[in-house]
Amino acid sequence: MSNEQTLHTGTAHGTVHDDHGHGAHHHHETFITKYIFSQDHKMIAKQFLITGMAWAVLGGLMSVLFRVQLAYPDQNFPILETIMGHWAKGGHITAEAYYALVTIHGTVMVFFVLTAGLSGTFSNFLIPLQVGARDMASPFMNMLSYWFFFTSALIMLSSLFVESGPFSGGWTAYPPLSALGSASPGSKTGMDLWLISMALFVVSQLLGGLNYIATILNMRTKGMSMTRLPLTIWAFFFTAVLGVLSFPVLLSGFILLIFDRNFGTSFYLSDIFINGIGALPNEGGSPILYQHLFWFLGHPEVYIIILPGMGMVSEVMSTNARKPIFGYMAMIGSLFAIAILSFLVWAHHMFVSGLNPFLGSFFVLLTLLIAVPSAIKVFNWLTTLWRGNIRFTPGMLYSIGFVSMFISGGLTGIWLGNSALDIHLHDTYFIIAHFHLVMGVAGIFGMYAGIYHWYPKMFGRYMNNTLAYIHFWVTLAGAYLIFWPMHYEGLAGMPRRYYDYTNWESFKMFGELNVFISIVAIIVFAVQLLFLFNFFYSMYKGRKVTSQNPWGSTTLEWTTPINPGHGNWTGEIPEVHRWAYDYGKDGKDFIAQTTPVGAGESVNH
Amino acid sequence: MSTFFIIAVLILLFVVIFQIAKASEYVAILKGEEKSRKHDNKINGFLMIAFLVLGLIGVYYCHEILKGRVLQESASKEGEKVDEMLHITLAVTGIVFIITQVLLFWFSYKYQESEKRKVFFFPHNNTMEVVWTVVPAIVLSVLVVIGLRNWFIFTGEPPKNAMIVEVTGKQFGWIFRYPGKDNQFGKRYFRNIDPSNNSLGLIWADNKELNQKADPAAYDDIVQEQTMYVIKDRPVKLIIGSRDVIHDVGLSHFRLKMDAVPGIPTTLWFTPKFTTAEMKEKTGNANFQYEISCNQMCGNGHYSMKGVIEVVEEDEYYAWMAKQKPYYYGAFPEKDPSATPPAPGGAPPSSPDSAARITTASVTRTTAGDHNNKLK
Repeated sequence: MSNEQTLHTGTAHGTVHDDHGHGAHHHHETFITKYIFSQDHKMIAKQFLITGMAWAVLGGLMSVLFRVQLAYPDQNFPILETIMGHWAKGGHITAEAYYALVTIHGTVMVFFVLTAGLSGTFSNFLIPLQVGARDMASPFMNMLSYWFFFTSALIMLSSLFVESGPFSGGWTAYPPLSALGSASPGSKTGMDLWLISMALFVVSQLLGGLNYIATILNMRTKGMSMTRLPLTIWAFFFTAVLGVLSFPVLLSGFILLIFDRNFGTSFYLSDIFINGIGALPNEGGSPILYQHLFWFLGHPEVYIIILPGMGMVSEVMSTNARKPIFGYMAMIGSLFAIAILSFLVWAHHMFVSGLNPFLGSFFVLLTLLIAVPSAIKVFNWLTTLWRGNIRFTPGMLYSIGFVSMFISGGLTGIWLGNSALDIHLHDTYFIIAHFHLVMGVAGIFGMYAGIYHWYPKMFGRYMNNTLAYIHFWVTLAGAYLIFWPMHYEGLAGMPRRYYDYTNWESFKMFGELNVFISIVAIIVFAVQLLFLFNFFYSMYKGRKVTSQNPWGSTTLEWTTPINPGHGNWTGEIPEVHRWAYDYGKDGKDFIAQTTPVGAGESVNH
Repeated sequence: MSTFFIIAVLILLFVVIFQIAKASEYVAILKGEEKSRKHDNKINGFLMIAFLVLGLIGVYYCHEILKGRVLQESASKEGEKVDEMLHITLAVTGIVFIITQVLLFWFSYKYQESEKRKVFFFPHNNTMEVVWTVVPAIVLSVLVVIGLRNWFIFTGEPPKNAMIVEVTGKQFGWIFRYPGKDNQFGKRYFRNIDPSNNSLGLIWADNKELNQKADPAAYDDIVQEQTMYVIKDRPVKLIIGSRDVIHDVGLSHFRLKMDAVPGIPTTLWFTPKFTTAEMKEKTGNANFQYEISCNQMCGNGHYSMKGVIEVVEEDEYYAWMAKQKPYYYGAFPEKDPSATPPAPGGAPPSSPDSAARITTASVTRTTAGDHNNKLK
């Protein structure tokens, strides 16, 4: 009852209405209101997705460029000068350009692709559809969220073209390097633009996150209790809570940095003498303060990236194994535990920063504690596959790939979370391998699982399966070939963010390996372009979806028309009678959430 | 020209793959979509098990190729503990890795769609869930205990006989300071820095403006750039700082590292086990060096910020130290007693005995007081 009421109030401003005449008497949609300043959550989701993809291409291309430098530090490629101009004079990327590429690659992949592109897309798309709402709690705020993101992305893009170059001090932007233009050219105008861009991004995340939370809590359809929600929604919920609580802290850290850069304050600066400039007036600040503020977001951020993947993988895996997700309550519990613990582990990024070792020891304990809920999730996924009847749709393949990556990358977290090992492995290629597998590749695999699975709902067509299979198998094998050997480089102590290793007696033995990794990286990048082609081609030429529920799924989004309009359901919003995972129950292939519980049905949920 | 050729080939390859993919879709429609879907399912099921087998072989093969290139035996006593922990953690996570990956891909293969199979409706089982909550928790507790025990050793006080060297990072190099004969580091203040002759800003003279008094302990401090000398089997404590941005003293052969933060001194200590010469022999690399790598992004020259540690026998160290002149004399050559005409029968001012005795851990260092100079 209260659900219905909120639903009415929530959508009372006339864009949608619950009666049958809906759709006829409003919505004179023009191109601009439909495709640009749209307030339809589905269109906003697509905007997030396509902007995210554009950044993924750019970020991926950057990684290809710096991998070329790492593989062939003493060769020239004239084409690079064609692309990058004086940043690659004579076809050889300069150190300055290399560091800018590394920095912007990290920033855009973490924030624009795996935060906005991933949870922006799927939270927007799936929350109203799966909880049974006509749109978000505030469609207008939702639209603003996208446009703040878009503006932020434009500003970041513009920073690539300023004379002193984009920011080049690493995506974590530690001061004093990021605070002092005299210490690095990238910390001049490029850094100002970076900070403005990131500040707008935080605004975008907050607008989006508050909306997601409000929608999930208030706008569930009749019968959709919290414990009947699909795990996707639980994951988006915790993701949004993490974002809302941690992004403001990041913003505060950035504001102090803006003050230090422009207004002569000394929050992060003390005892600094810059070559060619002399001693700076700042005294009494602490660069460590910034690290605390940054990682207080920075760590929840990695869960903001991975939780949506976990949720979508649970959903896709259960659907395609034709079997209920194992341990639904344990899955929610572990998401909750991860969400809480993610706020209590940030200083494990700072074990060697001079942090009090006694304080560090608590962070060791809490960090390794996160492995427990992560282990629960992995075992639950494995048990979900056990005795299932698995259909290898592209979405399912990516879900299995996600679990594989999450295991591989997650286990090395146990190495790095233990401070006494971190003291050797910190800031080496070991950490690069770790977070790319567990957050980067697993995150993007979750995103692919979601795209392939919900593509029919987004565009009413299928993507080409053969291309999808090629895409999956090459990407899976490629990701391991790229990142697995990096563990060895890290064990040898090879530091990250080096432009050239040839002058180092300790690290130069990995020259051939770096060539190998770079070649695989280029192949994997090319295959992602194949995916993009498949994505856009299928939008217009893909096989049409002919049935409302192509995957035989239980959840509400598959009860909408094949091409749902704004408002999602043409008639009344369906009522929910059961949880989302009645697959293979009582000999039936699946029972939709909208089906009332039958008389002779065995009781489970 | 060749770049365009490569691009052309790539585009051609794309077109070919795309045509095959499109054709397969038409074939699927002709053959019946359900039938071809099942066919694809079998192929993917097979690829699952193939990937598992090839992957495990790959893991083994990768190890065979690369195991010779990772670091050999730790060059410090403390590093042995790191290596021991690495092995324990590798064993634990390795077992979990193999079990879970095998189950993942094996289940995927075994339970691929088949008309004969009836799905097992299995929504939850409390016993199983408790088991895989408690067992990881216990194993992790063990790892935490081992880790923290080592952590407190690494970050605790060094043995009493430890020598002390101050390490200061700058864009893009390292400055090392030894306390000199008096076993005491003189005070420094960053406003006194003069890159030409006072790279650390030692307080050699009174300065009314900065409200500071000359520190006599600073007169005999020895300052070196790029190469640090330490003694084999003698613990050495590094007092680490930075002159500009954050750097990091990365000691991969000793298995340790610590950030160099402007304004906040950090410390790190270790006991080298082999001299540089011994390591040259052990590694079979005549160019072997103990390198200090900067591990914290510090600007465009980050990758070239190298320092060298020479680990030598005790007598070599004293012989080397005897040749070093206090940094003060570099800035004020007229104050150098050895620069004046030698007194009749006068011994050189420094000999192994009279030269800087080794600094011990009891030496006090007073950068913290530097701030006060100004504040007073």
